[in-house]
Amino acid sequence: MLSSGINVLAEGSNMERLLKGLLVTAQIAFVSIIISSFLGIAFGLVMTTKSKVIRLLSRFYLEAFRIIPILVWLFLVYFGITNMFDIHLEGEIVAILVFSLWGAAEMGDIVRGALESLPKHQQESGKALGLSLLQLYRFVLIPQAIRRMLPGAINLSTRMVKTTSLVVMIGVIDIVKVGQQIIEVSSLKVPTASFWIYGLIFVFYFIICYPLSAFSKKLETKWES
Amino acid sequence: MVILNENKQALLEIQGLRKMYGSAAPVLDDINLSINKGEAVVVLGPSGCGKSTLLRCLNGLESVQGGDIKFSGKSLTGKDVSWQEIRQKIGMVFQSYDLFPHMTVMENIILGPVKVQKRQEKEVLEQAAQLLDRVGLLNKKDVYPRQLSGGQKQRIAIVRALCMNPEIMLFDEVTAALDPEMVREVLDVILGLAKQGMTMLIVTHEMGFAKAVADRIVFIDSGKICEVAKPDEFFTNPKTERAKQFLNIFQY
Repeated sequence: MLSSGINVLAEGSNMERLLKGLLVTAQIAFVSIIISSFLGIAFGLVMTTKSKVIRLLSRFYLEAFRIIPILVWLFLVYFGITNMFDIHLEGEIVAILVFSLWGAAEMGDIVRGALESLPKHQQESGKALGLSLLQLYRFVLIPQAIRRMLPGAINLSTRMVKTTSLVVMIGVIDIVKVGQQIIEVSSLKVPTASFWIYGLIFVFYFIICYPLSAFSKKLETKWES
Repeated sequence: MVILNENKQALLEIQGLRKMYGSAAPVLDDINLSINKGEAVVVLGPSGCGKSTLLRCLNGLESVQGGDIKFSGKSLTGKDVSWQEIRQKIGMVFQSYDLFPHMTVMENIILGPVKVQKRQEKEVLEQAAQLLDRVGLLNKKDVYPRQLSGGQKQRIAIVRALCMNPEIMLFDEVTAALDPEMVREVLDVILGLAKQGMTMLIVTHEMGFAKAVADRIVFIDSGKICEVAKPDEFFTNPKTERAKQFLNIFQY
């Protein structure tokens, strides 16, 4: 029974379809992660400002993404915004948009935390050398902050990869959706199909996420030595 | 009480300086002090008397609420002061080890000269090597700060400030966080600078060192200058009661 079950993976164009689904998942995740990294650094810098109004606004933005489920955000943009302004947006575009905005908010908070954890005298000794504010951030503060924010940033990235499974709900055919379609078709013939398909999806997610944590481990040990 | 030495050129002139945090009593009040080129002035006083704050006012790390500071004749209290330019000429070393931990010793030293002063890297590297050699740490040029002892870090922080070719150096209790056996090596470097004629304003708690290095002692208590004297006079025969009390604390 087991030996015949595994065949479902190779049947027809099943494998090809699964890989395509994987590509969609990976694309949404990595594009969003890259955009959030840049926007997040910018947002993190904004959040360290002394202005109370800006702090309050950024807090509001961050909490909006923390409190409201990502699924609701996806629906809001995919159905709500498009309906309101009478435009059409591809599900994938909406997914990248929502994930980037969410990632930027969370990444910003990680960057803010890292910057604020740096000892104050680092800033002062940089200033005492005559560095401009831009130079101070570029050469002294951000390089040190990046080392401190790395664990949090990698954690966020893997969370983003996993959360992409919600895009099914706005009609994007990602790896999970492809898997469900194959299972539906084959479950009568192959009762164990769901085990094999979801097993493979498990492996795929691992393949996407593992390099991220391996990469961060490598960087951390490199910076420690 | 204005202390002016008319036959020498004053590099730094502090006139009626006043520093306050909010509406609380001033941290510094009516500070008048002028420092001549080549002079080493040591600031003494009990903890919290405003010594460090005074130094921080001089390179713009603290705002001032009254009075004036003149550096080479130019005022440093206006709104249009370019601190980036001024700070290149006023070197400062802090109490906390303030090297940048993600850069090697050499990278720490050349950052300012190359990025701020836009000098040729090759020329800066040569000068840095010379300065490092002078403090006996040339062999450490490629290591990271965490591999250094506190005393070594402070000597490198001094080299980093010197490599900008400053006109005056401010030392803010640079040995206060060091283990006793490392204090000496750092103070020797500062003493060497004094002998070469570097203009310096030094805040310290090392009385023996103050006596050895100072051309003048400035004693501050509760944010005011109480006494200005030659070191011999100050340590053997202080004029004010508060200075006497202060010096007594250091004697067993």
